[in-house]
Amino acid sequence: MDVLEKEIKIVKEINSQPPQDINIKVSRMNAYYGDFHALKDINLSIEYNSVMALIGPSGCGKSTFIRVLNRMNDYIDSFRMDGEVIIDHQNIYGKEVRIEQLRKQVGMVFQKPNPFPKSVYENVAYGLRIQGVKDKKFIEERVIRSLQQVTLWNEVKDNLKKNALALSGGQQQRLCIARTLAVEPSVILMDEPTSALDPIATGKIEDLITELKKEYTIVIVTHNMQQASRISDYTSFFYLGEIIETDKTLNIFTKPKIKQTERYISGYFG
Amino acid sequence: MNSIVRNRLNDKLFYIWGLISTFIGLIMLSIFLGQIVKDGAQRLNWDFFTSLPSRLPEKAGIYTAMIGSVWILLMTLIIAFPLGVAAGIYLEEYIKKGRWSNLLELNISNLAGIPSIIYGLLGLEFFARTLHLGGSILTGSLTLSLLILPIIIVTTRESIRAVPGSIKEASYALGASKWQTIRMQVLPASMGGIMTGVILALSRAVGEAAPLIVIGALAYVPFAPSGPLDDFSVLPIQVFNWISRPQAGFITNAAAGIIVLLALTFLMNGIAVFLRYRWQNKTKL
Repeated sequence: MDVLEKEIKIVKEINSQPPQDINIKVSRMNAYYGDFHALKDINLSIEYNSVMALIGPSGCGKSTFIRVLNRMNDYIDSFRMDGEVIIDHQNIYGKEVRIEQLRKQVGMVFQKPNPFPKSVYENVAYGLRIQGVKDKKFIEERVIRSLQQVTLWNEVKDNLKKNALALSGGQQQRLCIARTLAVEPSVILMDEPTSALDPIATGKIEDLITELKKEYTIVIVTHNMQQASRISDYTSFFYLGEIIETDKTLNIFTKPKIKQTERYISGYFG
Repeated sequence: MNSIVRNRLNDKLFYIWGLISTFIGLIMLSIFLGQIVKDGAQRLNWDFFTSLPSRLPEKAGIYTAMIGSVWILLMTLIIAFPLGVAAGIYLEEYIKKGRWSNLLELNISNLAGIPSIIYGLLGLEFFARTLHLGGSILTGSLTLSLLILPIIIVTTRESIRAVPGSIKEASYALGASKWQTIRMQVLPASMGGIMTGVILALSRAVGEAAPLIVIGALAYVPFAPSGPLDDFSVLPIQVFNWISRPQAGFITNAAAGIIVLLALTFLMNGIAVFLRYRWQNKTKL
């Protein structure tokens, strides 16, 4: 009974949300690599300060989708897309959009930790430096705050000059998140951020995501069903370039409406 | 003889063949070095380095040729380094891949295989005559720059390609432009490799005689050059000139000149190896 009441409340919440609560809105979006139709008629809305998990078997288009949101696919010659992607009320594929500005607004954390071969400090300061920020005090404050946000500060505060590649994998990934936070994005994209990490490091990142949600919108690709159910508010199931089902995470994992979703989350395929 | 024994024997034979092949080059080099040192070491004294060319072998030195070589080396570096690295960056990071880029790449590889004397002819016709630069240091450096550009371009591209794509992605994802990413991530990470290539290319340039003879570099230059438009000689030309003289004393001089030239080349290659070593350690940690 309890669960049911909770759900009714959630459904009410969804319905009562005014449209300005939508941070990311993707409509009738198609993406292609050459002749390959990688994403088919994608429609998805993501609220402010929520965690959206994207699940689905390898090659289903999750990573392509997440890279549409910060235009990382622009560097692939054969890539093209149509449809509309609106983030913070702006069509990010519009002519007037400056791609550097968009990337500042929509940060990204990658599958394998990829710190720059520089010091811990310079890794976090990089985003500010490329914006031309010269104020040393400002940079220092932002670096410290970002490292504190990812709970890395106590581990590295005596070694800020140390090469970031000397940190452990989990520390590196938190550093990469700190680096993203330092430019103050509104959205953080995470492409399987824990797949290269051990369970303890994974746990720390998951705690961090739950904490970050208070200030940021998070879109995370994951192959780990437990992870999706632990940390996300909404889950979207991708299969062969289409979104099969999107719903509150609780619903997806307890009573999916579509058979394929159920088969995937219970491990029958994928 | 069963097959196992036969295979073992083949194994052994190939091992011996490989060993001999490896050492043939080294042995030849040692014999050559030994001979040269035996002939020329006696002539290596301070006077040899500070004397001007002369008709008398015991008075002749490499001063002008050495200054000429240093000029050529520096000017070639100044001309070829920015051009080669920029071209390498362009081909690796900016050009749209397609038929046109493939054609361009193929041609650059071919350029590396063109005999150096052909570059000399080009330099003579274009730099010396059309641009009226004559047989000057500038003409020589421009000609040698053309000669080593393909090498610099190819090594630059290889070094840039060795920078992990994940680093570039991270930079782009933080809002960096393409040029910022190249300047702040790609170039620092690949500079060791690029410098290695540049130094190896220069050490090839410093040993070249043929293209410089074609453009009109002289063996007898009474004064050391003092500017890029001066006439000049270089070590290999000086050596070439001495060898072609009948007096035995000049043969000794030539051997001594070769020792200096070899020492210079070894030194440059040593620096290249050192840079590569340091660079590898840096990117690992």
